[in-house]
Amino acid sequence: MSTRDLILGRIRRAVDGPDTEVPRDYLREHGARTPEQSADLLAAHLTEYRATVHRADEDDLPPLLARLLARRGSATVLVPPDLPPHWLADADVTVVHDLAASTPLELDGVDSVVTGCALAVAETGTLVLDAGPEQGRRRITLIPDHHVCVVRIPDRLVDSIPQALDRLDPTRPLTWISGPSATSDIELDRVEGVHGPRTLEVVLLGGSAQ
Amino acid sequence: MTAIPLGMPAFPTAARDGVHDEVLRANLRHATHTIRDKRARAVAELADWDRLREAGKAVKDHTLRHLDRYLLELEESVTAAGGTVHWAADADEANRIVTALVLATGEREVVKVKSMATQEIGLNEALEAAGIAAYETDLAELIVQLGHDRPSHILVPAIHRNRAEIRDIFRTEMASWGRPAPDGLGDDPRELAEAARLHLREKFLRAKVAVSGANFMVAETGTMVVLESEGNGRMCLTLPDTLISVVGIEKVVPTFRDLEIFLQTLPRSSTAERMNPYTTMWTGTTDGDGPTAFHLVLLDNGRTDTLADAVGRQALRCIRCSACLNVCPVYERAGGHAYGSVYPGPIGAILSPQLRGTASEIDASLPYASTLCGACYEVCPVAIDIPEVLVHLRERVAQGGPVTREGIRVRIRPARGHTAERAAMRAARLLLDRPGALRAGERLLSRAHRLRPRRLPGPGRAWTDSRELPRPPAESFRDWWTRERGDRGEEHR
Ligand code: SF4
Repeated sequence: MSTRDLILGRIRRAVDGPDTEVPRDYLREHGARTPEQSADLLAAHLTEYRATVHRADEDDLPPLLARLLARRGSATVLVPPDLPPHWLADADVTVVHDLAASTPLELDGVDSVVTGCALAVAETGTLVLDAGPEQGRRRITLIPDHHVCVVRIPDRLVDSIPQALDRLDPTRPLTWISGPSATSDIELDRVEGVHGPRTLEVVLLGGSAQ
Repeated sequence: MTAIPLGMPAFPTAARDGVHDEVLRANLRHATHTIRDKRARAVAELADWDRLREAGKAVKDHTLRHLDRYLLELEESVTAAGGTVHWAADADEANRIVTALVLATGEREVVKVKSMATQEIGLNEALEAAGIAAYETDLAELIVQLGHDRPSHILVPAIHRNRAEIRDIFRTEMASWGRPAPDGLGDDPRELAEAARLHLREKFLRAKVAVSGANFMVAETGTMVVLESEGNGRMCLTLPDTLISVVGIEKVVPTFRDLEIFLQTLPRSSTAERMNPYTTMWTGTTDGDGPTAFHLVLLDNGRTDTLADAVGRQALRCIRCSACLNVCPVYERAGGHAYGSVYPGPIGAILSPQLRGTASEIDASLPYASTLCGACYEVCPVAIDIPEVLVHLRERVAQGGPVTREGIRVRIRPARGHTAERAAMRAARLLLDRPGALRAGERLLSRAHRLRPRRLPGPGRAWTDSRELPRPPAESFRDWWTRERGDRGEEHR
């Protein structure tokens, strides 16, 4: 008998009793908010995780990104293949593309990465990337130490986790990011970042500019 | 079945080592109460917490009731998405499968994401025996691994190590595993984290094979889910060519939508955060992004036996959040090593004796490692009635009765002379009568490495008769805590 049949047989002999209906009476979101309030909540929660939040309209985005990258002293910036070219039009940086042939070791030398996201969740302060438009493959938001993520408001903003899962495609690779990489493993002192980007900056694009 | 790891005294003996320092107790109490309060605030933010808890419980119960169906559905969806599914009845079989998969890649090194399942089966040791080096990449697990040590908490495995010890471990051990610690490494957590970052980075960037567990597996879609904080998980799950995940069969949930419950309850119960920094979800393999080969090893190892027990099976609902550890007065005093298993605290006290059976002294004693105060049940996000299972298991130890072992219904006899209870009583009496003597003894153990006795006195004797006493830390956690923290508590992670 195969192990598979062995285990399935053990399960079938083990289970008994009545079935359980799953109650779905929990909330789809917690509280009613205007899109502006949702954006504020997202910003507040991201800030609590020690991410830096900025706001911009389409026109302000290129100078803002240029400022953020200059302040960081970034000379090289990794971008997904379909990042709108004008986003980095003002930045004095060398743009690096994530080619299939590039090794993680090569990408390790890059200073910053700029991407969009699939959606953001206000209640938890979470960005979700699904390797879709403006995001690239998973490794690019992982290897550089500085990640600038642009969230289109209100299109890409949801209030809650249930709403987020409704909109996501499970067959795509998904990365949920809530603040920068962090550890509390040494004497419970929080240290930002061990492996993922230690600095996360989020630009809320649209809605109300500063 | 997994053997009990070496160096594991039975609970009453081990607990004695962690008890009876008023300052430590006050500080630990403060720390656990702080995280309790923080957790309570995170939970109170959700007006529907009780409904989420009920839903989480119901999803798990429903899944367990039809586990055969959901595992088959999972196998089908993982396979359709480009993955390969393997089935392992016990630790040995799982280890054999993983070892063969690694050897087939031609690699002799793997990077590992923190995983209780692979600890449970002793995978690292099995790989080592096959000439494969397994590198733990979670910072705390790295500290534990480099220190030739055991984890003491589900979430904060190196909670028993202080910064100076960690610095020493890094200085002396890192070089033999890879990139050495930087010259003049100090003991600031930031510096230590940076040293770990550099040390592990060279491994991540060249790793070809990774091994992980998973927090959830979705039957409907074949999606695997891993929650973490540091990004080491993302590194392992996305950079290597081959990914092997070893997951207990109870981790399956029916639908993608079901994740909406656990993604709300797990982080809040676990680290008292709204959401953990990183969650990775993958479904089979994706062209041009991430590993090109994905293997899922579905692990039984006592789970179907646990499933066969109508009272005890609720332990399989556990999502490993560790909330029950942080509220447990016994864990607070005894510490994680006392439980003699990778699953410490209240959940360990009901899970280990079911996964491993109650034949050994430690497993027989675990159901007694509780005051039955019920705090663990109150916080449990899937409403496991831990006290109920404890009482049930005490009955089994004391009176014997029918159990299922390796799929076969057997009747066990009562523990001889009710060994476990007697040992527990004896340990309690010792502790209550002679706290000072015990404390002094423990300090002596810590400080005099060379004078370290080969055998434990008293109730520990039988245990050390056949085992080497583990090397105690240069300074006990309690000494360090007293020195560093005085009477001021610190916020728990
Ligand atoms: S038993 Fe409940 S509280 Fe304890 S770790 Fe498991 S899920 Fe969390």
